[in-house]
Amino acid sequence: MEEALNKDEKNSRRQFLKKGLIAGAGVAIGSGLIAAYVDATATETGEKVKVLTTDGEIMEVDRGLLKLPRVSREESHKGIPGRKFVMVIDLGKCKNARKCVEACQKGHHLPKSQEFMKVYLLQDSEKTAPYWFPKPCFHCDNPLCVSVCPVGATYKRSDGIVLIDNERCIGCKFCMTGCPYSTRVFAWKHYPEFDEDKEPYSPEASSPGREGTVSKCDFCPDLIRVGKIPYCASACPMGVIYFGDVDEDTVTNGTETYQFSKLIHDRAGYRYLETLGTRPCVYYLPPVDRQFEVDRGFGDLAPEVKERYKDTPYSKKNKP
Amino acid sequence: MELQPKNPLRDFAPQLERTSFQGYAWIVFLLAVIGLGVYAFLQQVIKGHEVTGMRDNVVWGVYIVNFIFFMGVSYAGALISGTLHLFKTAWRKPIIRMAEFITIIALLIGPCFILLCIGRLDQLHYLVLFGRIQSPITWDVIAISTDIFGCFIFLYLSLLRDLATLRDDELLRLPNWRKKLYKTLALGYTGTPEQQQRLNRATDIMAAMVISIAIIVYSVLAWIFSVTLQPGWHSTIFGPYFVIAAVYSGSAVLIICMWVFRKVYHLEDYITKKHFVAVGVIMLVLAAAFFGYFTFSDYLTKWYGSEKNDELLIQLLFKEFYWPFIISNYIGVLLPLLVVGIAKFRTITNITLTSVVVVIALWLNRYIIVVPTLESPYLPIQDSRPEWLNYSATWVEWSLTAAGVAIFCLLFTLASKFITIVPVTGLQKEEKKEDILV
Repeated sequence: MEEALNKDEKNSRRQFLKKGLIAGAGVAIGSGLIAAYVDATATETGEKVKVLTTDGEIMEVDRGLLKLPRVSREESHKGIPGRKFVMVIDLGKCKNARKCVEACQKGHHLPKSQEFMKVYLLQDSEKTAPYWFPKPCFHCDNPLCVSVCPVGATYKRSDGIVLIDNERCIGCKFCMTGCPYSTRVFAWKHYPEFDEDKEPYSPEASSPGREGTVSKCDFCPDLIRVGKIPYCASACPMGVIYFGDVDEDTVTNGTETYQFSKLIHDRAGYRYLETLGTRPCVYYLPPVDRQFEVDRGFGDLAPEVKERYKDTPYSKKNKP
Repeated sequence: MELQPKNPLRDFAPQLERTSFQGYAWIVFLLAVIGLGVYAFLQQVIKGHEVTGMRDNVVWGVYIVNFIFFMGVSYAGALISGTLHLFKTAWRKPIIRMAEFITIIALLIGPCFILLCIGRLDQLHYLVLFGRIQSPITWDVIAISTDIFGCFIFLYLSLLRDLATLRDDELLRLPNWRKKLYKTLALGYTGTPEQQQRLNRATDIMAAMVISIAIIVYSVLAWIFSVTLQPGWHSTIFGPYFVIAAVYSGSAVLIICMWVFRKVYHLEDYITKKHFVAVGVIMLVLAAAFFGYFTFSDYLTKWYGSEKNDELLIQLLFKEFYWPFIISNYIGVLLPLLVVGIAKFRTITNITLTSVVVVIALWLNRYIIVVPTLESPYLPIQDSRPEWLNYSATWVEWSLTAAGVAIFCLLFTLASKFITIVPVTGLQKEEKKEDILV
């Protein structure tokens, strides 16, 4: 089926896709998506979706296996119509299990040295509480990285997502100094992991990676298009990461779904370094009513990961 | 061309006509250093930027430092020669060409260093194809290319009289192709009153243009840093700060060049202590302005208010970057003040040695602007890999830095073989006139 799709002319495929997106609104659960093919590496959810193959046949596919062909570079500039994405991270639940990091790296075919999602051990001041702080890209509404790019390789879409087009990027790294959150990573060489991905490049997948260019967390628009939440959100065993839509006023971590505005209001959600004026699309819920001691985050860490936190004020004092 | 009792060209002819054994050895040495740089560059292209010390936190290292440094040096000619020209300063003649050569040569080398930082040189043309005017890098591309163009015209205009002199001089023993080249380049200039008037007007206009373009270029360069939100960079003072720093380093490089060419080409009759003191005083004023005023007010406000990230940065500067900080911001300022400021110390050797220290201090000054800021981002760096934690340049970066300096020296040497390093037309030996400064 994949081959059949690839043989299709680009234009007709794009129209095909568009129709599919309109019919299925991209995320409709249960039925409606037309062009789809199956991702053998994904896990089944048990929920069946009716899809139309390129031969015109209707078949049932498990929703977990559903996958769309990657959108073209041109298409990736537009954004998914009528959406505005948002992420909420509940710091009270994070225990540095690092499943988000691993799933993200696997999904984006990244080497160990490139992390789109980083987990920090933060402590705002000496007497305040330390906490684990997962940090994706904040997809700012006033993104300095986008302003400073000399070639338009990084851009803000109508759905709020900030993406990078690696085939346009010249690798000047100005965006990396522009981002105050150290979000962006650079491909210092050609990593073997890049070759694992055999599909054509799309900014929506941020894969395959390209030597000498910048990349970062992309909010997984390729997954959003098939009604899934990003790798990090679905991989987190604690359900720390919620993903959703501001206009729909809904966020979900896959098991629990909340009204976004109410959640932020009730739990005093905030954005990191609000004073910088970058207007992030990622909100944090303060680390209150903890489910875990901070020390639990050191539990099963690989030595080189544990080593990372050795210079934090908390580690120096408590020697976990 | 009226012949003076002794044509000064006779004093300068040997440097054009012959190259000594030491001269050739020097050129071979420079080529070897450049060769090492080429090898390092190939390594970087083949193995990727991993061969440098740069990583995700410190994404700009020694390359950018060199870029700022060379651009700053280029400012010497623009400001010093431009200003001295406009004010018709009498003593400028013997050193003005060196200043112009410094400008154009440094201006050609500087941008090469930013290219070394670019991850995908194969896509460099996208800067033109898809250039976004909102990006300070685009401002930089426009400003630097305008500057190179303007400085070339300014240099060429100032060479014209000498090109005509070299064309007309019968006694010069030079191969025919060079004679022909001088003839072509002299554009039929014979020194008629009308030509003189036009040339003077054009030079005046270009001098003013070159000064203003150079101010813009260096401000734009500063804005690349200060438009970001990084602590230590996000500062309104950066534009003028960089401009002053540039002239400061430029004046020091000019003094070193004066010393070298005075020795090598025996120009003691033309370049005298007066010139060293005069440029030294320019350097002194800039030292006071640059350090006493800009650097001090920048760090004072950061330290006094002690915003969290500014405080972390200053702690870093006084711990891990202690010596670079002391050399650039203390020794780099006090030395010129003492040596040039106190008449007793004001000798040619002392002024030159001070200039060497100033050049080093200014390079370090750029280093501690670029690197510590990138090592202290808003979110603390939490990493176990040492090269991700702290930046230290690798042999590739040092080799290319050395190659940059070698190209500077080589182009300067070749330029001085092509045309006299001092403008000879209408030049007179320095008279023993007493100057208040000397």
